[in-house]
Amino acid sequence: MATTRQLNVNGRTYNVDAESDASLLMVLRDHLDLTGSKYGCGEGQCGACTVLIDGKSRRSCITHVGDVAQKKITTIEGLAQGDRLHPVQQAFLDEGAMQCAYCTSGMIMTAVSLLNTRRDSSAAEIARAMEGNICRCGTQPRIVSAIQRAAKAMNESRS
Amino acid sequence: MNHELDLSSPLEPERYELKAPPIYHFEVDRREFFKFLGAGVLIVCVLKDSQAEESVSDKPAQSVSLPKEVAAWLHIGEDGGVTVYTGKVEMGQNIRTSLTQAVAEELRVPVEKIQMVMGDTQLTPYDRGTFGSRTTPEMNLQLRKVASAARVTLIGLAAAQWQVDRKRLGAADGKISDTESKRTVEYAALVKGRQLTETIPADEALIPATQWTVAGQALPKVNGRDFVTGKHRYPCDQKLPDMLYGKIVRPDSFGATLASLDIHDAEQIPGVTVVHDRDFVGVAASSPEAASRAASAIRAEWKRQPQISNKELFDYLKKNPVEGSGPLESPFRRETGSVEKVSESADHRLQQSYLVNYIAHAPLEPRAALAQWSGDSLTVWTGTQRPFGVRSELAEAFRMPEERVRVLMPDTGSGYGGKHTGETAIEAARLARAAKRPVKIMWTREEEFTWAYFRPAGVIDVSSAVRNDGKMVSWEYHNYNSGAAGIATVYNVENQRIQFHPVRALLRQGSYRALAATANHFARESHMDELAHLVNKDPLEFRLKNLTNDRLRTVFEAAAKKFGWGQTRAPGHGFGMGGGFEKGGNVATFVEVAVDRTSGDVKVVRMVTAFECGTILIRTVCAINWKAPILWPSAARCLRRLNLKMEGFSTGGSRIIDCRGSAMFRC
Repeated sequence: MATTRQLNVNGRTYNVDAESDASLLMVLRDHLDLTGSKYGCGEGQCGACTVLIDGKSRRSCITHVGDVAQKKITTIEGLAQGDRLHPVQQAFLDEGAMQCAYCTSGMIMTAVSLLNTRRDSSAAEIARAMEGNICRCGTQPRIVSAIQRAAKAMNESRS
Repeated sequence: MNHELDLSSPLEPERYELKAPPIYHFEVDRREFFKFLGAGVLIVCVLKDSQAEESVSDKPAQSVSLPKEVAAWLHIGEDGGVTVYTGKVEMGQNIRTSLTQAVAEELRVPVEKIQMVMGDTQLTPYDRGTFGSRTTPEMNLQLRKVASAARVTLIGLAAAQWQVDRKRLGAADGKISDTESKRTVEYAALVKGRQLTETIPADEALIPATQWTVAGQALPKVNGRDFVTGKHRYPCDQKLPDMLYGKIVRPDSFGATLASLDIHDAEQIPGVTVVHDRDFVGVAASSPEAASRAASAIRAEWKRQPQISNKELFDYLKKNPVEGSGPLESPFRRETGSVEKVSESADHRLQQSYLVNYIAHAPLEPRAALAQWSGDSLTVWTGTQRPFGVRSELAEAFRMPEERVRVLMPDTGSGYGGKHTGETAIEAARLARAAKRPVKIMWTREEEFTWAYFRPAGVIDVSSAVRNDGKMVSWEYHNYNSGAAGIATVYNVENQRIQFHPVRALLRQGSYRALAATANHFARESHMDELAHLVNKDPLEFRLKNLTNDRLRTVFEAAAKKFGWGQTRAPGHGFGMGGGFEKGGNVATFVEVAVDRTSGDVKVVRMVTAFECGTILIRTVCAINWKAPILWPSAARCLRRLNLKMEGFSTGGSRIIDCRGSAMFRC
């Protein structure tokens, strides 16, 4: 089985010694020490491991590292620019959209992916888009508010 | 986790997993303390009045032990930084923030100056555990008291330094100021070079809520930035150099014992340590994949024990109560009047059974622990609601004194009552001892669904009697196994018999979010609806007729008004309600659902909840915490029960599909 040599994560190139079918989540967490992406189920059903692959949300726990070797991978650690948080991160803070926050990085990555495509979603549409991400604490209404706040901030900064 | 029943705790009798906590004897040399903390002012809060010393001593520290029964302590360092030590832990209730806020308010320092050290058995005072909603009514008040005493001490120091009456002095923003001369001095300058200790009792008057300036206001999560950037290290994110990854070889049914074992192939894999200790079989390897490969290479045969299936479960619970549990007027049993006599002559009688399944806590972060041995001392980082309890478990498992075990609890990915125990801590420590290197164990979701403990299943039998005019006259209520929290009825019924029947544990079971109050409220409120139907009364009117508690009446009436109770319903839509009182909170919820008559699907259209709990410490935290229970039951219909079979496991209980969050986003 081929060994993956290089991964582009958060704008940096890493040399990684892992089997092609190793899970991206495991490589991120255990090889690269990027532990912001979380293990929740290992089956792609809870969303805690969500990362962006070329700007689109993907479940890293069921993504083979060999399939993303040539792609641009963004994790929660790569969202902020220096000290400046991404508008979605800032909105989650401002809305207090977290309790234990174990789901938060996955929620934020899914939200960023959504807002990369469209920023005029209704609360119901946002809720539908976020359904693949589980929060067991019950912070969902605040998460929806945070995403609406971020959408507004991103629209305003563009215009 | 204890398979035997612990009936010693009157507060939460369903906490079967709790053993009686050891009485903590804290012996520390004051000089040692300052050596560790640095110079400054140390305020110690003790639980017993008799231990209190009212006077402040500023003599050079003597070799005197600090008092026992410590609740918390607070240190102001020479840089003006405030460090607060509490055995409570953060798992999403946001107490790191609310406790910080309490200290900021009383000590009059900016929030950024305060650091909370939580749940570290070496540094923080003993704490029984973070559960049962005790942090806000107890620890919050204790820390307020400690911080308030620190403020008074600082004012005393400034008064002595300036030789003025302390009444002229005030504290704000980390400084003491003289209202007449307008002089100010920073806390840092006041404590410089000192080693001053004060001991205060935990129970004394505090600043009244009406004078609060910080508490009660919305305060963002104090370390929120670490969570939105992925910087925070949860227990499962902990790492050490040379660390190995552990994997446990599990039986294929509960209670199975090892019949035969072949570890030859696994041992041939380079860098793998295999541990076989009675029924414990596990491996440690340099990567998670290597550990999984090694575990798969082990061939184990297990001798299964007979198990109860879903079909037999409720029958079993009713047939196996622990006899003679609890005296009259205990949380287990209460009786007033005569239910038999009244029932015979009543206009209407109703008998119903309500069933409660075993369900999994499913914290999003599965159990995890990292264990490190250093000589004969053990350090474990793990996600637990009871760091001191886990320390005892480790000491017991490895037959060593507790003093040589340190448990640290990094803010963890939720618990909901499911992380009172130290399974992964013990597993990681056992592997680490054999491998002679640090070992991390992180349970898979499947392990979490199978090998954790569960919310107790139960049967609730209710028999009641009511007059034609809607007045309830008799209430007999038996809860088998699910628990006693919230078991009392909130309605006025003259003749009552209420009893909790503990049952010999079938599966490992323990506290679950809201404890048995969920089950008991469900059974009681369902029964109230059925009774209203029986006597042809409006369910709200029926409840109010039998309810004299003003606070509860108020929330029912407020929610009914906001909801529009009595309005015409759309076709296929239904209205319902439920309410109750638990742990100081009065709540009433009204709901509208739409029922698809073809599929039987029920969709929640809207909910209105009125909630009254007294003083609110942090509005946002309170709002988040009471919204969650509104969302939870809606999602609970998607929480599949744990499936039990006669032999081995069915797949139903072990899949993440059991805790889909989608319903929670939609309602």
